Amino acid sequence: MNRFEYLRPATAADAVAAAAQPGAAYLAAGTNLLDLMKGGIARPDTLVDITRLPGLDTVETLPDGSTRIGALVRNARLAHDAGFARRYPAVAEALLSGASPQLRNAATAGGNLLQRTRCTYFYDTASACNKRQPGSGCDALHGDNRLHAVLGWSERCIATHPSDFCVPLAALDAVVETHGPAGPREIPLEAFHLLPGDAPERETVLQPGELILAVRLPPQAAEFAAHSRYLKVRERTSYAFAVASAAAALRMEGDRVAEARIALGGVALKPWRAREAEALLAGQKPDAALFRRAADAALADARPSAPANAFKIELARRIVARALTLAAAGTPNRIPALPASPFAHQTGGAHHA
Amino acid sequence: MPELKLNQAPAHVRHGSNMGQPLTRRDGVLKVTGAAPYAADSKVEGLLHAVLAVSTIARGRVTHLDVAAAKAHPGVVDVMTPENRPALAEDPDAKTNPFMFRLDLLQNDRVRYPNQPIAVVIADTLEAATEGAALLAPRYETEPARAGLDTEGRFSPNTVGVGNPAEASHGDVEAGLAGAAKRVEATYETPAQYHNAMEPHAIVAHFEGDRLTVDTPSQGLAMAQGRLAGLFGMDPKNILVRSPFLGGGFGSKGFIAGPQILGVLAAKLTGRPVKLVLRREHMYGPVGHRAPTRQTLRLATDGDGALQALHHHTLTASSTFDDFFEPASDIAHTLYASPAIRTSHEAVRVDSGTPLFMRAPGEATGSIALESAIDEMAEACGMDPLEFRLKNYAEIEPLSGKPFSSKALRECYRQGAERFGWSKRSLAPRQMRDADGLLVGYGMGTATFPALMFQANAKAIIKRDGTGVVESGTHDMGQGAWTAFAQVAADSLGLDIEQIEYRAGRSDLPDAGIAGGSAHTATAGTAIHRAGAAVIAKLAALATENPDSPLYGAGNAGVIAREGRLHRRDDESRSETFAAILDRAGLDQIEESGAAATDPAAAGAYAMHAHGAVFAEVKVDPDFGQIRATRLVGAFAAGRIINPKLVRSQLFGGMIWGVSFALHEHAAVDHRTGRVMNPNLGEYHIPVNADVPALEAITVDEHDPHVNDLGVKGVGEIGITGSAGAVANAVWHATGVRVRNFPITLDQLIG
Repeated sequence: MNRFEYLRPATAADAVAAAAQPGAAYLAAGTNLLDLMKGGIARPDTLVDITRLPGLDTVETLPDGSTRIGALVRNARLAHDAGFARRYPAVAEALLSGASPQLRNAATAGGNLLQRTRCTYFYDTASACNKRQPGSGCDALHGDNRLHAVLGWSERCIATHPSDFCVPLAALDAVVETHGPAGPREIPLEAFHLLPGDAPERETVLQPGELILAVRLPPQAAEFAAHSRYLKVRERTSYAFAVASAAAALRMEGDRVAEARIALGGVALKPWRAREAEALLAGQKPDAALFRRAADAALADARPSAPANAFKIELARRIVARALTLAAAGTPNRIPALPASPFAHQTGGAHHA
Repeated sequence: MPELKLNQAPAHVRHGSNMGQPLTRRDGVLKVTGAAPYAADSKVEGLLHAVLAVSTIARGRVTHLDVAAAKAHPGVVDVMTPENRPALAEDPDAKTNPFMFRLDLLQNDRVRYPNQPIAVVIADTLEAATEGAALLAPRYETEPARAGLDTEGRFSPNTVGVGNPAEASHGDVEAGLAGAAKRVEATYETPAQYHNAMEPHAIVAHFEGDRLTVDTPSQGLAMAQGRLAGLFGMDPKNILVRSPFLGGGFGSKGFIAGPQILGVLAAKLTGRPVKLVLRREHMYGPVGHRAPTRQTLRLATDGDGALQALHHHTLTASSTFDDFFEPASDIAHTLYASPAIRTSHEAVRVDSGTPLFMRAPGEATGSIALESAIDEMAEACGMDPLEFRLKNYAEIEPLSGKPFSSKALRECYRQGAERFGWSKRSLAPRQMRDADGLLVGYGMGTATFPALMFQANAKAIIKRDGTGVVESGTHDMGQGAWTAFAQVAADSLGLDIEQIEYRAGRSDLPDAGIAGGSAHTATAGTAIHRAGAAVIAKLAALATENPDSPLYGAGNAGVIAREGRLHRRDDESRSETFAAILDRAGLDQIEESGAAATDPAAAGAYAMHAHGAVFAEVKVDPDFGQIRATRLVGAFAAGRIINPKLVRSQLFGGMIWGVSFALHEHAAVDHRTGRVMNPNLGEYHIPVNADVPALEAITVDEHDPHVNDLGVKGVGEIGITGSAGAVANAVWHATGVRVRNFPITLDQLIG
């Protein structure tokens, strides 16, 4: 990898000042960035190590009932925080369905939001990629694109965002707290990631140097705890990115859905909130036909970015419908041994896993 | 197990109880504690680090390398290109025998596949060398890539595999097809796959005067030594290759590969020891792969489900500059009886690295297609797949007409089916569900792999203190060879395993041939067995010819070597320790050699193969098509089992690879560029723990007096065969969807 400066600022303000310089990048766990550097995909001049910044590694409940997840809280710690998992089970399940135990022990909440796409053409520096090298083209468009986007893509970029964590966060109206050169601000997670449009090199709304301090779940997010699931279809049972995934959360009043939240993963360059589908469910008695209508609505705007990924649209519909069915059945007492997997046993019973 | 065949010194018997014991591998603790030195762990004073620069194009010419920029980078010592690469005594493109593969050693500016080495940057640190390689920023004159099996220029190769005829037949297949009651014709595709041993190819090369020492993982130490000697114009005796441990090989370390030799060249160029370790992505080109295939199977039966014709045709791909043709059709020679069988191969040439042997080369690719087709044929006949296989059981090898040296396949079918619960299978597909509503499928496949013998040598020594030393340059790839050979060695001397030292893994030991073709235990084990027999015979002569020995005069009666003593065969109360015999003779030690090779008489008379039956259960989500193999039972007959624990591990490894073949592994080749787009273990899927089903491997008793002295057939590769087909057939049985394009992916099930 290229030679780079390594800085370890003591305060957030120093970090922001250092990272606002051209060619600088924040380093937290580095579970994505270091791979990108080793592959020559990212070649920062300066790494600003934020792992020693104070106060960013706690999970706290705020007076209004919000939960504030510090940017440096490790994925595993958050998922295994019993109080957190009880209040936001779909978030915990999503976290545990991602990556491997080793990676989850290292990877941070803030870093998860900023992970780059897994499009193989982005990783292959010999290929054209508008995201990696603006204006160079998109070799995925007519390449090996079986798993590429079906929502929100453009001719410039058909990649997807790989995060599991962000999917239930988007559904639950999470807010990203940042500190930038212009001071602190709050960004709804749903508005945090950018669709590719004409400038796929711009991936988030963050300004140069702007630092994620925390992700906050509003008080209302916990009201879905009894009916929340994350469901992730993969090409192997674990340690694989989603072909498509969905978070479904229901607030039930009696036998009716008072409020529904749905977001999809693996289908677009950002976690995809499905508000029209949510609206269809409000006030309704849950049943299979209703869930299928909601699933249809969630994918209403979908179109394949290539013939090879057309299957993902119907697959995503089925995932939404199933996730809603599972959520309606109630959050399990324990997160399944195979979190978010279709092979997580609904009926219990011993399995060899 | 019956008594060992005593063809070396029939007068004298050695009794031992080491073989057959499930000993724990001797390398296990070393490996889990990090004490086992792998090649890249070698530390030499003044070591430099070398990193490859590889081509991003598939075909063309390198027109510019920014050598100045790389050299200017702090820490870079030198850049090796075709301009300054040290001269070689042999052209890397020379090919004087089929076991010699053309290498890319910077002989010119030509590019003939993606990831071909085009320069080597040598630096004080790995980081500096890596950045130096990036700074070379190569420019190319690019020609269009030729990729995929639809490339123009299909031809019939002269031979496939290693010298097998590309075409073979008996009977009239077309007549059999024409006159049959039921016919199946189907085409199956298997993708390019890469060995992906956990340990990348690595070398530490060190010249001292006219001597060269290399630490590098090798499945064929003597061949590596010979290849280096040829290329560098050196006396092989001056080259020491050390390979005490391999982190997997699977065929990719059978021949020393170009990048390893580039490490030696870098040492020569700089005059300093050099370490070169391949990056994972650099392994997708210059170190071999399993070629893609498109296999067309045509089968026909009479009204009773008896095969009347079987045609297995394979289209495969080799590189543009060398020949390795995946012999996928050849599996049809052996398995199922049919009055007419034809196997044939065609090939195209593509801009890839040259394909190579990869664990069960030919058998793995051929097996998944043949076992799928057999399943389809059984379905067409309305027969249970096991019943169909038994109906077409080959009592003699169908193509050659030879009897089998041994074949306990019927017993494998019986034991495997019983243990698995095959009788509970519904005949029709998509009939079985579990309590969660998941689709459940049962499938089976027949496993087979030839029982081969190559060539190997060994030396056995008995020392004056009564202990033994046995030497053979064998290769422990993780399969446990060190342990198993020590067991053979101990029994060959009639000593407890703690009383012998077994030395292996170096080229200055007797040539043990190769660890390949599932023949290492059989071949080197036989050599060790014979070396032990010879030295025991020598020891016996010392005793029986000496009037002071209690064994005097027992030359005709013979002696038995057991627990460090020779006993008179007809009166076991008369015995003497090894130590006493040598002591009396005034000898510090005695030694003898042993050798093993194919017995042409046995090979001419018998078809020699290991067999097995694998039964698989899979579960499939009916909406999503996500697949999980949940249970695999294999029953294998592979002759004598030296170490049941290691053998079970080997069979498990093979069975897991079968799951991988059916459901996961594929190199995603972009046909526009020929580049593999998933050259890393994140995206090149192999099963993770959660994908590995409950496994059971049964070894079925089989006594084979013909394969070799030990009766060993080998288990290194057979586990893959049968397993991949069993999983694929189970997916069909679960879903009713027959996917013929491997690996089976969920889009093919729900699309």
